[in-house]
Amino acid sequence: MLVFIIRRLLQSVAVLLVMSLLVFVGVYAIGNPIDMLISPDADQADRALTIAAFGLDKPLWQQYFLFVKNALGGDMGRSFAFSAPALTLIIERMPATMELAVFAIVLSIGLGIPLGLWAGLRPNSIAGKSIMAVSILGFSLPTFWVGLMLIMVFAVQLGWLPSSGRGPTELLLGVPVSFLSLDGLRHLLMPAFNLALFNIALVIRLTRAGAQEALLQDYVKFARAKGLSSRRIIGVHVLKNILIPIVTVIALQFGSIIAFAIVTESVFAWPGMGKLIIDSIRFLDRPVIVAYLMLIVVIFIVINLVVDVVYSLLDPRVRLSDSKG
Amino acid sequence: MELDLSKRAEVETPFGLFVRNFFSSKIAAFGFILLALIVLAAIFAPWLSPQNPYDLSRLDVMDSRMAPGEKSVDGSVTFLLGTDEQGRDMLSAILYGIRISVMVGVVSTVIALVLGLSLGLLAGYSGGRLESFIMRVADIQLSFPPILIALILLALTGQGVGKIIIALVAVQWAYYARTARSAALVERKKEYIEAATALGLSPLRIMLRHLLPNCLPPLIVIAALQVASAISLEATLSFLGLGLPVTEPSLGLLIANGFQYLLSGKYWISFFPGIALLLTVVAINLVADQLRDVLNPRLQTQ
Repeated sequence: MLVFIIRRLLQSVAVLLVMSLLVFVGVYAIGNPIDMLISPDADQADRALTIAAFGLDKPLWQQYFLFVKNALGGDMGRSFAFSAPALTLIIERMPATMELAVFAIVLSIGLGIPLGLWAGLRPNSIAGKSIMAVSILGFSLPTFWVGLMLIMVFAVQLGWLPSSGRGPTELLLGVPVSFLSLDGLRHLLMPAFNLALFNIALVIRLTRAGAQEALLQDYVKFARAKGLSSRRIIGVHVLKNILIPIVTVIALQFGSIIAFAIVTESVFAWPGMGKLIIDSIRFLDRPVIVAYLMLIVVIFIVINLVVDVVYSLLDPRVRLSDSKG
Repeated sequence: MELDLSKRAEVETPFGLFVRNFFSSKIAAFGFILLALIVLAAIFAPWLSPQNPYDLSRLDVMDSRMAPGEKSVDGSVTFLLGTDEQGRDMLSAILYGIRISVMVGVVSTVIALVLGLSLGLLAGYSGGRLESFIMRVADIQLSFPPILIALILLALTGQGVGKIIIALVAVQWAYYARTARSAALVERKKEYIEAATALGLSPLRIMLRHLLPNCLPPLIVIAALQVASAISLEATLSFLGLGLPVTEPSLGLLIANGFQYLLSGKYWISFFPGIALLLTVVAINLVADQLRDVLNPRLQTQ
């Protein structure tokens, strides 16, 4: 077990190093940020001074080692565009993204399980069939276009919900959140639903398959024979048994949701990390791009590591198959 | 008895059986027809579209942002799907957009299929260190969502058709490598491969002539599904401004261009390209789903 964890840790460190090199060299290769930072009529001396101030005059390998050294100390450089530490900029926007992601997960479970149960219990009813048709659409529709259509219908045509932004935020345990006020909730609803769409479809499918399988099991027949109400059979016995795999899958989706938030945040102008990275790529704001990519790689490595370790604790076969490869 | 057998062979060739099985589902037949129309529209876009949307001399700013069905200012053309901010006919722009989107999706999938298939077969057939290295890289890559991999690559390389194809190949190859390897592992243990080895055939020949044809069906199904997700991913990236440049507008870029006008109620600039994208993705998915059922021998009732 310990060997397995150590090997996975070493692998994570290797991935991180390779990614940092790739990202750094790659980002170095795109465009020249100096052209965007200095006014065109600045003279050569001013230019040289600015280049030196950002450390852009040193050779590439020196810049990389300096970057790794600083990154280990938590300093990812200063944003060219905001002239603030890149990491701080990202951390500031993290609560907005996390709020969106958590709300999306709540929505996908809250909507997906009842709809999936309905489709699973009455597979031949019109409602059951239309739920499944909608879930197929949820898989194949491009998320960003659904976002635009939501804006078109609910913000432009009906005028019920605001089309962009986050609304007022309040501090909860020192973290700014927007779901505590009605206006904040109205801002949150559309982007969260848009982000959740794929996962709602996923939960519907998992729940339906689980429910159909569970209904054939002996314990359900036994509960029926005991004379329990069908509400109690479904709500307690069936649901309890199908909930575990669903929750596992959704927890695993958390990383993808954060990644997909990039798209949703751009559509709804939600001030999170995803919108920041898209803006930074447009402005060629190198330190922010590098810091974001490194941070997201770290988040994913941690998620994957935790999942692997938890799985190997739960399922001895996972360990065996790893020691072979 | 003998007569009976020959008669049967005459009636049902393998290809005929495949076609009959494929079109046994009405919804799959519908998907196939829709897909055929879309592909034809993509190929013949220059002849089908009322105007060349990227010949600036043909555009008239006076025609900008016309609603669907309105006539141009000089009365010569009717804009069935309206016009965008430069007075470009949306129908023509969409036909050209489908052409670019489908081209990028198909080309990237084919390259990724060839690359992933070769690496997967190599890994499955050779085993050892090479196998664990290839599969470890594939595993690590599959642990990141596709959009993130593509975003990282495009953030590093910038825009362009070639670059987005590279990004889409990088996103997809691991799926094929994994499937090809597991198929190769199963096939490698079978007797016909042993026989080929005993005959002294070269490993390359065994891989290409014996292993490859038997590993292909599951890969074709995945590739068909992947074309749809590649088109969808390309549209998303182009919408974010990371994919194709403005000079080669795919459906995603058309949708992005209309985004700012959506809020003022001029829905058609974004809406119709989105419908075209949706139909393309759904048609490919319908065809791929049916392919999966038909190509899977275990599901065949025949």
